[in-house]
Amino acid sequence: MSLLKMKAKFRLGKTAVISIPYTWMLLFFLVPFFIVLKISFAEQALAIPPFTSLLQEEEGVIRGLSLYFGNFSFIFTDELYAATYLSSLKVAFFTTVMCLLLGYPIAYAIARTDPARRNILLMLVMLPFWTSFLLRVYAWMGLLNENGLINNFLLSLGVISEPLHMFHTDFSLYLVMLYAYLPFMILPLYSHLVKMDVRLLEAAADLGAGPIKAFCAITLPLSKNGIIAGSMMVFIPAVGEFVIPELVGGTDTLMIGKVLWNEFFDNNNWPMAASVAIIMVLLLIVPIALLHRFETRELEGKGNV
Amino acid sequence: MVETGKQSAVSQTETPYLRISNVVKRFGETAAVDGVDLDIRKNEIFALLGSSGCGKSTLLRMLAGMERPTSGKIILDGEDITGLAPYERPINMMFQSYALFPHMSVAENIAFGLKQDKLPKGEIDARVTEMLDLVQLRKYGSRKPYQLSGGQQQRVALARSLAKRPKLLLLDEPLGALDKKLRQQTQLELVATLEKVGVTCIMVTHDQEEAMTMATRIGIMSEGQLLQIGTPAEIYDYPNCRFTAEFIGDTNMFAGPVVVDEPDRVEIESSDLGGRVMIDHGITGPKGMQVWASVRPEDVHVHVVPPPAGPNTARGVVDDIAYLGSFSIYHVKLGSGKVVKSMVSANHWHENDVKAPTWGEPVYVSWRPDMPVVLTR
Repeated sequence: MSLLKMKAKFRLGKTAVISIPYTWMLLFFLVPFFIVLKISFAEQALAIPPFTSLLQEEEGVIRGLSLYFGNFSFIFTDELYAATYLSSLKVAFFTTVMCLLLGYPIAYAIARTDPARRNILLMLVMLPFWTSFLLRVYAWMGLLNENGLINNFLLSLGVISEPLHMFHTDFSLYLVMLYAYLPFMILPLYSHLVKMDVRLLEAAADLGAGPIKAFCAITLPLSKNGIIAGSMMVFIPAVGEFVIPELVGGTDTLMIGKVLWNEFFDNNNWPMAASVAIIMVLLLIVPIALLHRFETRELEGKGNV
Repeated sequence: MVETGKQSAVSQTETPYLRISNVVKRFGETAAVDGVDLDIRKNEIFALLGSSGCGKSTLLRMLAGMERPTSGKIILDGEDITGLAPYERPINMMFQSYALFPHMSVAENIAFGLKQDKLPKGEIDARVTEMLDLVQLRKYGSRKPYQLSGGQQQRVALARSLAKRPKLLLLDEPLGALDKKLRQQTQLELVATLEKVGVTCIMVTHDQEEAMTMATRIGIMSEGQLLQIGTPAEIYDYPNCRFTAEFIGDTNMFAGPVVVDEPDRVEIESSDLGGRVMIDHGITGPKGMQVWASVRPEDVHVHVVPPPAGPNTARGVVDDIAYLGSFSIYHVKLGSGKVVKSMVSANHWHENDVKAPTWGEPVYVSWRPDMPVVLTR
């Protein structure tokens, strides 16, 4: 009797715990997404809010549904949008690659130092988060400017005779992107690398594999999931990044975040902005879905390894 | 010193296959391995036996190349391998945790070492099949390690470490991860496999039964030193120190000074026994020297009627009886408070037509003078 009651209570508790993240996702992801989706099928209008309703009403009675595909067809016909999406994907891709190339050795080094020092090093990786992201980007502006800290320093040393043009270039864009996203690569990589059994490397060495071979054959494949997780953590937000290209990127850098901003605030075209956002989400959903399928397959195969 | 060039001139029994000479390994101030000398013959199974922290694993890791000795030399088949990296040594190791590569199949695990040698693919495949057959896992080649039972994983680890036909195979607690029943069964199976391939093997274990069952010779290690080396029988019957006597099997230890020291007889005054322990042979050492006499429980007899008075006897009461089926261990408490253990076979009392003594009853213990072993350290 009491056991049954306990079981029922347990089940209730389980449902409650599981429902929290689902409710969160529903309220703050799915509902907003559908609102944006709805707006993307509307037309710009001089009204508040500045778009037409999808529902055709006559005297309070719903007569029908009108979907406007003009925004999407415009995106597909205007070359600027395609170029912008490609450019965003390119910037995100190279940012991810750079973060991986720099983040992997850092994560590896942290995972292999003695446990007492690990936490300090991890703290150092996370330390920038204590300062506002915007402030840190502004700090980079002060560093990279024509008469910024770096140029003044090099000029005073006499290494250069006139200031380097670093600010508002691809160089400054990638530098600050790398800086901003590096921790998101390091942390998931670290958590995978630190779990790895170092005896596997001893076994590889014992069987005749030198350090480089052992790394390629054992460490790299075993940290695959960390690489994927870190890359996703960098790539997905990097595609939609607005602040960094706006503040430090070149004026000719096309980024989808910038286009969104323009459509929304300059043109006051909410439906167009919504359509641009929807296409971006669809572009990102494909790799996420692939990743998810890959991960479930891994989990099913391995149990709880 | 081993003379590399003249090996053919020297017969194999004279030249040790592996020579460990005066190897020391210090971690900071403490010496984990403290001056070990050891010669290993070809094709023997040698067990390093000791409790945890005795340095046996460190010695094994130095053989594998994962630790560098602080001083000393390791010479394998005429070649000084002391300074070689693990991947340069013709030595393979089976790890206690097996350390199977989780992302590779069983066959890929076994092939890993062969691939490092850049053998042609056909040869690798043939060797992998041969190894799978050897450990009876032919059908499991495409499985991943986590899909196998503990016993099967152990066999994969063995196959992987044998695949390269190493000159020396190292086994680190080879059966430590298996449960007791499976362990006993696997011991003989493992020996059979090792003998079939004919490999020189050093194993490390803390389980004396495992060492006695599997090894041709055993080395007892304690505090970084090798205390005794010998066959299982030699070590059990003639321990050279108290540590060995107490570590291998069970024993009753009587300490005391030598009071009679004749060429054919030695007597030790033991306050624990409340009398003298007599041994029927002489020892080298001065009279009055403090020694220990070790008497195995199977050599101690329990009587209900007093035996003839003299050395090697004492009176006591039954303190405890551990019934173990075919035999029982009687714990007899002597007047001094010392508890003497005696192994009594199940039908001993019945055969002698005596009612078995039980808890609290007065009994006598005795042993023959040829049974005690005199230990000087």
